[in-house]
Amino acid sequence: MTTPGAALPAPAPAVNPETTQFWAATAAGRLLVKRCQDCEHLIWYPRVICPECSSLRTEWLQVSGRGSIYSYTVNHRGEGAYQGSPPFVLAYVELDEGPRVMTNIVETDDADLAVGLPVEVVFHDTGAGPALPRFRPRRS
Amino acid sequence: MTIRGKAHIAGAYEHPDRKIPDSSIAQVHAEVALGALADAGLSLRDVDAYFCAGDAPGFGPVSMADYLGLARLRYTDSTETGGSSYVAHVGHAAAAIATGKCRVALITLAGLPRSQPVPRPSASALAPEAGFEQPFGPTTVSMYALAARRHMHEYGTTSAQLAAIKVAASQHAQHNPRAMLRKPVTVDEVLDSPMISDPLHRLDCCVISDGGGALVVVAPEVAADLPRQTVKVLGHGESPKLTAGGRIDLTYTGAVWSGPRAFTEAGVTPADVDYASIYDSFTITVLQAIEDLGFCEKGKGGAFVADGALLAPHGRLPFNTDGGGLCNNHPVNRGGMTKVIEAVRQLRGEASAPVQVPDCEIALVNGNGGSLGTRSAAATLILGREDA
Ligand SMILES: [Zn+2]
Repeated sequence: MTTPGAALPAPAPAVNPETTQFWAATAAGRLLVKRCQDCEHLIWYPRVICPECSSLRTEWLQVSGRGSIYSYTVNHRGEGAYQGSPPFVLAYVELDEGPRVMTNIVETDDADLAVGLPVEVVFHDTGAGPALPRFRPRRS
Repeated sequence: MTIRGKAHIAGAYEHPDRKIPDSSIAQVHAEVALGALADAGLSLRDVDAYFCAGDAPGFGPVSMADYLGLARLRYTDSTETGGSSYVAHVGHAAAAIATGKCRVALITLAGLPRSQPVPRPSASALAPEAGFEQPFGPTTVSMYALAARRHMHEYGTTSAQLAAIKVAASQHAQHNPRAMLRKPVTVDEVLDSPMISDPLHRLDCCVISDGGGALVVVAPEVAADLPRQTVKVLGHGESPKLTAGGRIDLTYTGAVWSGPRAFTEAGVTPADVDYASIYDSFTITVLQAIEDLGFCEKGKGGAFVADGALLAPHGRLPFNTDGGGLCNNHPVNRGGMTKVIEAVRQLRGEASAPVQVPDCEIALVNGNGGSLGTRSAAATLILGREDA
């Protein structure tokens, strides 16, 4: 079964002053994480404080958008914006830089899904400014 | 100082119905409160501490205290950790009693998700993680499915092994006339049930029910004057399990911390546990908890449950003898309360006869709230028979 990205709903995220820059970057096709300037932890989800060392000296860092599947599921029972959607893939992707991020896997055949599958980011426009960072099997 | 033996559960009551079409939520809280107090041989006038969680309608514990006429309260607690809240409340009540803050604590849970379905309160848009999770369509089942998949990947756990947990629960539920799913099922029937979010099938999931329950926790000197056999609180532990700034590990729960804390306080080990109530929102919830609590080696939970360990009365770890959330009921999608209630029944020797564990002296209760797929909160209790 194919899960075309275009068929998936792309609901707008909640944005607040702490995350405005992250979502502005998605609209430009860039994936950011927060980096702690004191302990160098790469922080996900993005926030002002470093949950590793309590530092408030955190900065935005662009990451490669490449990673691999940490876990995934094909959800047959969408809710909310996904109610009535065809089965879609919810996953955690472990970025090459370390953080594990919740996302959807798109442009894939369910039979090809596997933990460890190399993936790369694609951005799906929400129509409200931000774009959702989703991932597809890596082609290069 | 510890709470070991400093408080007793004197009353426990489970609402008999699984669908309650013509009641308000507050009314069901009142019904279970009166039921538990009657079980203890006490009344609302005796209550000086009240505990409730997010299912209580209104303003924290205040609205329900007002509704019930709890005019003598000197201690309240509305700790909200989802389904584990009520397990935590017992520990908090015991600590408050141990330090002399109160003597008779009432804990209530009630709700009507079947009769008055409301859209599941989606994680508030104000939650700091909201923007980075909600747009991708996580649902309760799919989040637990992510945990199941990763556990399978790391440890070779199979769907058939997870199904064995449902099979054991259904074997127990056949002896509970009030259980929603009383028919014993086989591993194949679990595997043949519709896929909800792979690898979790419909029968890997708990039921949805109206209902509720209540507990009365009292000081030892109060317990001594009551006609009813009480249950001793021996130990309690809690822990959240967080996402570690982006290094989430889906293969274990907060029970890796709450369990040892409870065992240490109680002065017992997993080998001493005669009966376990383990929150079973999904089969994977039980599997991870069994490993995390030390009943088997990490990663070996699949083999443990597939071997019939969970079957009462003679398995190595008889569990959820009322049928649990998987078969009996799951009031308000919060399983901690009914877990404590069934443990009290076992320690009083009042479980259904075919599943009553002989000479049941030590029971464990494990609750987990939130989601194994993101952030959650575990609470563990060790309870003992009155003479333990
Ligand atoms: Zn840091």
